[in-house]
Amino acid sequence: MASEFTMRVWRGDISGGEFKDYRVEAQEGMVVLDVIHTIQATQAPDLAVRWNCKAGKCGSCSAEINGKPRLMCMTRMNLFEPGETITISPIQTFPLLRDLVTDVSFNYEKAKSIPALKLKAKEADGTRRMYQDDVDRVQEFHKCIECFLCQDVCHVIRDHEDNKPEFAGPRSFVRLASLEMHPLDEEDRREFLKSDAGLGYCNITKCCTEVCPEGIHITDNAIIPLKERVVDAYYDPVVWLMNKLTGK
Amino acid sequence: MANDKYETHEYDVIVIGAGGAGLRAAIEASAAGVKTALICKSLLGKAHTVMAEGGIAAALRNVYQEDNWKVHFRDTMRGGKMLNNWRMAQLHAQEAPDRVLELEEWGALFDRTKDGRILQRDFGGHRYARLAHVGDRTGLEMIRTLQQHAVHKGIDVYMECNIQRLLKDGDRVCGAFGYWRESGKFVTFKSKAIVLATGGVGKAWKFTSNSWEYTGDGTTLAADVGADLIDMEMIQFHPTGMVWPNSVRGILVTEGVRGDGGTLRNSEGERFMFNYITDYFRAETAETEEEADAWYEDKTNNRRTPDLLPRDEVARAINAEVKAGRGSPHGGVLLDIASRRSAEYIARRLPSMHHQFKELADVDITKEPMEVGPTCHYIMGGVRVEADTAATTVPGLYAAGEVAAGLHGANRLGGNSLSDLLVFGRRAGLYAAQYAQNLEGHPSPDADQIEQYAQELLAPFNNDGGENPYTVHMALQDCMQNLVGIIRTESELKKAQTEIASLKERLAKVTVEGHRQYNPGWNLALDLQSLLTTAEATTMGALERKESRGGHTREDHPGPDPDKYGKINLVLRRKDGELSLSEEPLPEMPDDLKELFEESK
Repeated sequence: MASEFTMRVWRGDISGGEFKDYRVEAQEGMVVLDVIHTIQATQAPDLAVRWNCKAGKCGSCSAEINGKPRLMCMTRMNLFEPGETITISPIQTFPLLRDLVTDVSFNYEKAKSIPALKLKAKEADGTRRMYQDDVDRVQEFHKCIECFLCQDVCHVIRDHEDNKPEFAGPRSFVRLASLEMHPLDEEDRREFLKSDAGLGYCNITKCCTEVCPEGIHITDNAIIPLKERVVDAYYDPVVWLMNKLTGK
Repeated sequence: MANDKYETHEYDVIVIGAGGAGLRAAIEASAAGVKTALICKSLLGKAHTVMAEGGIAAALRNVYQEDNWKVHFRDTMRGGKMLNNWRMAQLHAQEAPDRVLELEEWGALFDRTKDGRILQRDFGGHRYARLAHVGDRTGLEMIRTLQQHAVHKGIDVYMECNIQRLLKDGDRVCGAFGYWRESGKFVTFKSKAIVLATGGVGKAWKFTSNSWEYTGDGTTLAADVGADLIDMEMIQFHPTGMVWPNSVRGILVTEGVRGDGGTLRNSEGERFMFNYITDYFRAETAETEEEADAWYEDKTNNRRTPDLLPRDEVARAINAEVKAGRGSPHGGVLLDIASRRSAEYIARRLPSMHHQFKELADVDITKEPMEVGPTCHYIMGGVRVEADTAATTVPGLYAAGEVAAGLHGANRLGGNSLSDLLVFGRRAGLYAAQYAQNLEGHPSPDADQIEQYAQELLAPFNNDGGENPYTVHMALQDCMQNLVGIIRTESELKKAQTEIASLKERLAKVTVEGHRQYNPGWNLALDLQSLLTTAEATTMGALERKESRGGHTREDHPGPDPDKYGKINLVLRRKDGELSLSEEPLPEMPDDLKELFEESK
């Protein structure tokens, strides 16, 4: 049950490039990454692509497939009509290195700046007690595979390069939410969220949630609760007055 | 550093590989106060640890009070068919609980018991529910926790940097040389001590659960500077990999499916594992389906289901069922949890399996059985290390995790890998740091040597009219899959040796197109050198070990040979460029530990 496709793949680097067409036969069950590998093995051995697990668990093979941010390893070829031309381009929000590979160091730099976990004291018996109900919501955030598709699609940085220094992006917010909602964490990250991470830039269009391959409800479960925390701290008149009076 | 031709960095300790073992080693070395760097082939957080599913084995005693390190130690040794280094198995069982609790301190959120402690799940070969886990994505939780901890500690990380050679000063190592994938440019690391944490070798086989990174780099780097390798014939074929569609063949299906109640059936619907209980495990294995099913709830009065025999046993059984014509439509067997557990339970306990089968195979595992078959998963053998310090036989060189050998003997139990990474990653980092602290002066690699290596690495660009590296890689994978697979025999192993020799010649002429910047063809051509070295080592060991034990099954020597091969490690070392093999006796277990095996008989 093999079908033939034309894969229109971006080839090039920072100095320029173009889409090149490759005719490929896709066997039953193949995903886009398999087809890219076939092109490498038979037509373009130096075609640059990042990948590791090929099972949707490592988040390395992010690309834009017909303009949509997706993991190549989790995109089945049977989504497309035989004979169709499928366009594969690198994710756009980050600087191109070569072909389908981009420089995603932005995300690692942002991760360095996030205030770490600070756990409260252990129980009297020396253990840590947490209940499944309490960890459930944080475990959702820990599902993140750091594919950075949410960062790619976020128009705050996709369309405005100059926002990058002030905006940490949805991936960082998921991480921040996981720390803020950790049942035993004591750190206060509200000032960081407001001033350093640029949470206010997000106008909850939910683009990030739509592309998340792990199905994390980024906007509803991470970003909106974080916004509420910041609002409570900085814009609640009662809290504001209390802070003034107590000199905080 | 004005004299250095290539980009050069200097450290006390460099750690090569950033999976669980490498991250844990770097954290420990850095905490000991030495200047530490972590170097990895991929982006940080993408290493193979991320794919581990089931859990971390540790006798935490949260679910079964009866558990303790001695029981875990005994399970590990018996699972490894007693070929294990007993001291490593002891340290591992004793220290694993602390290492798991430490992860919790650093932010890991494991699934919980009703009283708020870390929940533990059943796994093959473990007497009690022992695996700390997060659904079926424990490896992701572990690597992310370690990654974030390392980042917050300010450890220098060099990503997408591929180390190709270790550098020596006399007998000791003094650095490493490699290239940046991004630019293709060379880089030198001068270092007093080096920790290898490079993982396994699975990419030498066609059907494997391993990612592109698993090309035997560490084993080859170590062998090339004169370190000993042991047990290289011991390869684990995980019993349950996906078999269909062909393009995903080999992708792992967690043992947690069986740990959580799934059972293996053949095409006749029979739970065939009851027919494959060997005498070795008979006393501790359920004989009837009723007892096996009751065991999940009550381990005191029932024995373990044969579905959860150690992996080598289950893989051979599946292989035999398929050969006997009782396989599933695509050449595997059926793994059924749908008829045994509720859809809600399956989706909660095994979310990533649910997702994986739905997306990649159009199978809903809450409604239908999965088709599964053996897939090359893990190498028990590797670099020989001292149990307590993780030191190799070369001064300054340490190894931890899958690249190191000894802990798992002839077969690894599921869940013992993640705990291995933590226990021995920490030890390697600690002792590498101590070694570096005690060493005077600066590491000083030989510039001529570096230049020679640089020329070697560029050779594939200079060849004309040779094959492309992908063709050679596929030929190697076919060779190892067909001739050095689950069931081995002398004539096929000899044929494999001939083929590997001819592949080496083909590799010498391989031609790479394009330039050095992010060029996967060139990268593969270089990785093929280590793939071929490890393939050669595995085949040599497999030919020499004339018995069947754990991950090594010889059709022409079907039983174990307790008097000869049960008492020795096969040691490989490079002599004048060629690998040579010798036999050495296993370390002798002290009497108080021996008693643990006698009383259980």
